[in-house]
Amino acid sequence: MGGISGQGVIVGILATGIRLATPFLFASLGEMFSQRSGVFNLGLEGIMMMGAFAGFMTSLKTGSPWLGVLAAIGVGAILGLLMAFISVTMQAEQGISGIGLHMFCWGLSGLLFRVYLGFITSCKGFGPWNVPVLSSIPILGPILFQHNWMVYFALVLVPVSWFVLYRTTWGLKVRAVGTTPQAADTLGVDVNAIRYQCVILGGAMAGLAGAFLTVGQANMYADNITAGRGFIAVALVYFGRWSPVGILLGSLLFSMMNALQLWIQVLGISFPYEFAVILPYVMTIAALAVAVRRVWAPTALGKPFRREAG
Amino acid sequence: MKKRIGASDSLLQLGVLVGALVLALLVGAGLIGLARANPITAYRAMFTGPVSGRYGITESLVKATPLLLIGLGIVISFRSGILNIGGEGQMIAGSLAGAAVALAFPSLPAALLLPLTMIAGILAGAVWGGIAGWLKARLSVNEILSTVMLNQIALQINLYLIRGPMIDPQEVAYGTGCPQTALLPRSIWLPRIIRGTRFHWGLVIAIAFAILVYIFLWRTTVGYRMRASGAGPHAARAAGIQVENYQILAMALAGGFAGLAGVVEVLGVHHRVLEGLSGGYGFSGIVVALFGRLHPLGCIPASILFGMLTLGADMMQRAVQIPAAIVMAIQGLVVLFVVGSDLLIQRPDLLRRRPTPAQTPAATGRSAGIAPGNGKEVNG
Repeated sequence: MGGISGQGVIVGILATGIRLATPFLFASLGEMFSQRSGVFNLGLEGIMMMGAFAGFMTSLKTGSPWLGVLAAIGVGAILGLLMAFISVTMQAEQGISGIGLHMFCWGLSGLLFRVYLGFITSCKGFGPWNVPVLSSIPILGPILFQHNWMVYFALVLVPVSWFVLYRTTWGLKVRAVGTTPQAADTLGVDVNAIRYQCVILGGAMAGLAGAFLTVGQANMYADNITAGRGFIAVALVYFGRWSPVGILLGSLLFSMMNALQLWIQVLGISFPYEFAVILPYVMTIAALAVAVRRVWAPTALGKPFRREAG
Repeated sequence: MKKRIGASDSLLQLGVLVGALVLALLVGAGLIGLARANPITAYRAMFTGPVSGRYGITESLVKATPLLLIGLGIVISFRSGILNIGGEGQMIAGSLAGAAVALAFPSLPAALLLPLTMIAGILAGAVWGGIAGWLKARLSVNEILSTVMLNQIALQINLYLIRGPMIDPQEVAYGTGCPQTALLPRSIWLPRIIRGTRFHWGLVIAIAFAILVYIFLWRTTVGYRMRASGAGPHAARAAGIQVENYQILAMALAGGFAGLAGVVEVLGVHHRVLEGLSGGYGFSGIVVALFGRLHPLGCIPASILFGMLTLGADMMQRAVQIPAAIVMAIQGLVVLFVVGSDLLIQRPDLLRRRPTPAQTPAATGRSAGIAPGNGKEVNG
């Protein structure tokens, strides 16, 4: 291990794991709201790609990663609006429309990347911000408190999402619309409006997740930078049983495995690279197989709402 | 099952398809403008290329071949109420298994080796698809998510094999190390229909299978049960159909067709497995299936149309330097517009904005025109 202490390695793995959980948290918490309201948005992966590209290009052109984040959120929200229109207003089959949205974003980000850039370069990103006092705590400090603001923000969003979902009127409406839309409608809740809000929110957060990959982590953009993370984020919503805490645990489990895999490579332990990359995908399938029971799913998930049918 | 479709219904359906394509191309023109190019010049290259001359026409058909085979598999799975997004992975699995068999037994007579190679490819694809079907039927794992993951896994296994154990010994000997397998024995290459082009017999095989799939789905008991499982799983179950088993079968068949597409692509075009062989065909196959109105015979013209579009985009890239990636964006829009317009086909009254009495029970909310029963199956 050449100079790296055992403790140092473990701290390194845990700190990397916390950082890698960020895009999953953003995207999954957003998708949670979308699915809680009854809409299954499978286009997350594509929205993340577009968010990553928008964040990167804006930061590159303006020199401000903050504007990059705003652009990514904006692009994500617009794509969420498109998904909402297709799945809520036009009542399309959600699985296929999500794939259509993914293909659209995939092609578009590939097109824009080749036209406006065509080569790998780096942009301005966010550096780490050490939390005063806390970051100097031994072991815990480096693991939790020496990241950039996006990492802290993602972690803070977990209790915030919980509060919004379970302790606000809007959250109650979201849950009602996703389980018993007819009843919610009878009580005067605008089912489709709530669904629009949730899908747009989910899109914006997927855009933010994409921006983390470029301006929050790598400071560069490459084709297929999301590498299936958007799909894994959708799976994590199932795995986390549609609750913020479950999603936090699922995201951490995944990102810790990922961090372990990265550190295995860093430490030069011989292991075919491709198999290390496969690990999260195999884990996703395994997680879905053990964790998913229909009982926890919002009962109206995937079903368009038609008022006159009630 | 499906209500008899009148002439005006068919016209409406055709109109919706044409409308979706035209709308997608119009948005595509906007995207080309965004890419700082002239949409008219770009589209001229894209549409005239594939129809002018022997090269364009034959290459379009070469591209249509895997699209048709994958599309047929997707028709079977969608009709059975299961969404197969795993065409990419299943195609890769098929191409690898086929190549492995062909490279392992190069001295076998072609009459034996060719069918063996094809069967290996079909079986590998069927297993790769069957895994997702089994996971769905037995453990209620959402098949969209599992097939997406299986795509990524197949992609990495492919890279591992063609960089390592299955790499062309010549690449190692010359030190170039290009990730690809050795050439398959020349005796089993699919013969070309037109000399001097890459147009091979694969398309004929695919069209023959399209007819077989039609007969299978509409003229056999198993096919009927599969469609019944897709159209209404509860009713099918009440009628004693073991829906879960037919879903596994549907995914295995869909995977088998994608696997065959992989083998045919290897035997007919590349003669070896290389990186990026699947090249988005798994996703384009979904577009072909939707555009063929989930009918095996409808997939034939649809695959040729999208084969031409794919080739046209390549030619456009060469002629006016607009990235061919745009064709994926256009296909995505076609998917969105086709499934989005489903409501208009089912409920033409909405076009006239006149309130009507309830037509469907609240719980169904599915889009029967596109994928029977799928609305119910999303959350599993």
